[in-house]
Amino acid sequence: MPTVSMTVNGKQVSGEVEGRTLLVEFLRENLRLTGTHVGCDTSQCGACVVHIDGNSAKSCSMLAIQANGTKVTTIEGLANGDELHPMQAAFKEHHGLQCGFCTPGMVMSAVDLVKKKPKASEHEIREWLEGNICRCTGYHNIVKAIQHAQQTM
Amino acid sequence: MPEGGTGIGAAVKRVEDQRFLTGRGNYTDDLNRYGQTYAYILRSPHAHATINRIDTAAAKSAPGVLAVFTGEDMEVGSLPCGWQVHSKDGTPMQEPGHPPLARGKVRHVGDQVAVVIAETYAQAKDAAEKITVDYGPLPAVINMNKALAGGALVHDEIGTNLCYDWEIGDEAEVDAVFAKAAHVTEIDIVNNRLIPNAMEPRAAVGEFDQATGEYTLYTTSQNPHVIRLLMGAFVLSIPEHKLRVVAPDVGGGFGSKIYHYAEEAIVTWAAPKVGRPIKWTAERSESFISDAHGRDHITHAKMAMDADGKFLALKVATKANMGAYLSTFAPCVPTYLYATLLAGVYTTPIIHCNVKAVFTNTVPVDAYRGAGRPEATYLLERLVAKCAREMGLSQVDIRRKNFIPSDAFPYQTPVALQYDSGDYTATLNAALKAADVDGFDARRKAAEARGKRRGLGFSTYLEACGIAPSAVVGSLGARAGLYESAEVRVHPTGSVTVFTGSHSHGQGHETTFAQLVSDRLGLPLENIEISHGDTNKVQFGMGTYGSRSLAVGGEAIVKAMNKVVTKATKIAAHIMEASESDIEFKDGQFTVAGTDKSMAFGEVALSAYVPHNFPHEELEPGLDETAFYDPLNFTYPGGCHICEVEIDPDTGVTTVERMTAVDDVGRVINPMIVAGQIHGGIAQGIGQALLEGCVYDDNGQLLTGSYMDYTMPRADNLPSFTVGTEVTLCTHNSLGVKGCGEVGAIGSPPAVINAVVDALWDLGVHDMPMPATPQTVWAAIQAARPAAAAE
Repeated sequence: MPTVSMTVNGKQVSGEVEGRTLLVEFLRENLRLTGTHVGCDTSQCGACVVHIDGNSAKSCSMLAIQANGTKVTTIEGLANGDELHPMQAAFKEHHGLQCGFCTPGMVMSAVDLVKKKPKASEHEIREWLEGNICRCTGYHNIVKAIQHAQQTM
Repeated sequence: MPEGGTGIGAAVKRVEDQRFLTGRGNYTDDLNRYGQTYAYILRSPHAHATINRIDTAAAKSAPGVLAVFTGEDMEVGSLPCGWQVHSKDGTPMQEPGHPPLARGKVRHVGDQVAVVIAETYAQAKDAAEKITVDYGPLPAVINMNKALAGGALVHDEIGTNLCYDWEIGDEAEVDAVFAKAAHVTEIDIVNNRLIPNAMEPRAAVGEFDQATGEYTLYTTSQNPHVIRLLMGAFVLSIPEHKLRVVAPDVGGGFGSKIYHYAEEAIVTWAAPKVGRPIKWTAERSESFISDAHGRDHITHAKMAMDADGKFLALKVATKANMGAYLSTFAPCVPTYLYATLLAGVYTTPIIHCNVKAVFTNTVPVDAYRGAGRPEATYLLERLVAKCAREMGLSQVDIRRKNFIPSDAFPYQTPVALQYDSGDYTATLNAALKAADVDGFDARRKAAEARGKRRGLGFSTYLEACGIAPSAVVGSLGARAGLYESAEVRVHPTGSVTVFTGSHSHGQGHETTFAQLVSDRLGLPLENIEISHGDTNKVQFGMGTYGSRSLAVGGEAIVKAMNKVVTKATKIAAHIMEASESDIEFKDGQFTVAGTDKSMAFGEVALSAYVPHNFPHEELEPGLDETAFYDPLNFTYPGGCHICEVEIDPDTGVTTVERMTAVDDVGRVINPMIVAGQIHGGIAQGIGQALLEGCVYDDNGQLLTGSYMDYTMPRADNLPSFTVGTEVTLCTHNSLGVKGCGEVGAIGSPPAVINAVVDALWDLGVHDMPMPATPQTVWAAIQAARPAAAAE
């Protein structure tokens, strides 16, 4: 089996994987980083979004070996110790999560949005979130949280 | 205590958020048990077929495979139905068997045929490809009318596809009113089938402890005790004391995780046979063909009115799809959760409703957010909108004319329910203002100038929730009581753990319930833990659905806290050498009235566990109380939803420009959480109205079986919402709460479709099915053009 190596949340990791092992499987099964979720099998829902070399990506849509040599950040690596990342804090402040299942991917996607388009309008925020499905919140408070984080990030 | 308080009415930030935001939630698929194996379920590709032979030999010898089982191996009880409905002739409903693994026949695409258990999930899935099933395909019945008109039989042994033929009300009396009515408005309604799609796919981990003989099932459930009862008693014959069911963090339910599913029984049953824990997790494609679906009604209804538009009688005939098997609650959804709601917020004096429940070769249908009440509300509010058109009344006037007045409570409806409180004029008025209905004409004209059609739609509704008084539901065929239980365990140093039978899967109980405790016992939130979801921790519970957690589960907590305070008062009186009647408890302090003698709650707690001088005949040590609460009535939230849409007539694209909801959910414990619940419900309601529709082809193949085909509401499909609350208190629970989980999904769909019809009315479009997709809207406009031109 091939070996992959990458930096995950600042730590160098490596492991043996099958050629078909997805990045999200490597994160969840090999590294036991279960904060990254799998909500669908057609790369629509975005529960599995992580950052790869600083860009948001769906970890269900790439093989673990494709991430060889990259720097991966998962939801577990976003906060600074006990201090929430401003986006996490904004989601809490504005009740941007309910069941919490889509939340890791939603937060990772939103962080990338604010980095890339710091002044995105509500319309642009909603368009950006097209690849992240939430069934609980109706997105209302997620949008509010991201708008808040635009000020605090 | 933090600024702003932590008690009832405070918008406390959620205590559960920290773990969810940092990736430390603990969902079923996140669990990894020592020695764990993986199950893959082989499912039927046919909607209806005999199973002539299954060859599992090659799969059994595939790499990593530990076992393969089929229905012939798994001789266990049938997955049970929890509710028995009787037909109008008094006969019980047809209740065909539902084996966890199909035996002899498959009855819907997705029916479980075999399970492969292997060292890895990939190995199990690979091996399943090596199973050869010799199917004998049979004609499938998908359409309810065809199923009733002599189509293929889903269950040969019962000889019919009619599950029951039920009615409420006196048909002859209703017909007599219609015969004399000044005007009758009729409508045909289809309530589209939906697929719930909680974001966390269902999962189950079964394990067996050889040392103790105890089974444990970790599962994505809204009600672990109910699963323990149903699976233990009816399917696998495991007594409760040897079966632990744990529902850890659950990623949304919306009804779909109430029911006992085959996969739970399969992994539990197989665990001792394999001798290791077994995990099964649904892929999303499996969720689409194995999670219980929702809605799916075909209805004809008519309203009799006097010359002024006053409602005189309502007559409704509904066909309700049950799917291929009876899911846990399915029979009660189109009857006791639907027909009993048909008075709505109106004084309609007499109502008849007939419901025919039908088996088809589709996934079982059961309660989905609102369950029966969205179907009733959609029917009623579409019909009322049409009545107004035909009577020349405004949408507001016809409602005001027929509202149950605010001084008429308690109000007995003609369809069994007695409403305890409400003020429908207040919610209507507040919504009219919040939606700026006065400004609509100007916005419509502005839209017209841009070539767009703008429409306004209303829905004034109520629902019955806080499910449910055991005596009432028992008389209606429920095979369970629908009380709730709570234990309030005060620890020696004064912190408190509350064990609740409610289950939180997004509702924020860990916060809302803690606020109840903070309010009553005067404790800071950090001294309160809410524990739920584990049958080995929580004494009993009926779980979370039907907007019941606060009105029933919360009341049980209050009842247990009252017992704690009573006991603590005795202890305080003993220690401070005062009479119990002189002890006052306020803000966490027990004080002897009129003196400065006082003990903090924590001091009394410590004394309870260090009872050095207790008179033991009169005062037991300890401070730990349990209560069961059975509600006296349903609760009746209601309100007004107003939707404003804009439609591009060239493309049929409908945009929700404004969505306003003013709801009366009784006393609000946490306004932030209540607003969030309403937002989510509205999103699902708009989803039903404009986006979501489950489509089967005539052969029973699910055409909307993935997120590429089934349109889930995305952020860019929805606007921000305007929500508000008006409060009338529930009169029969101490908190005055009614429930807020389902109002959004119940109230909003007719508001949206009424708005679409309003926008297109002048083009000659007078009806609109759900979902009103661009294609459907565009086609309706095209179809109406010649007719409108000819008028």
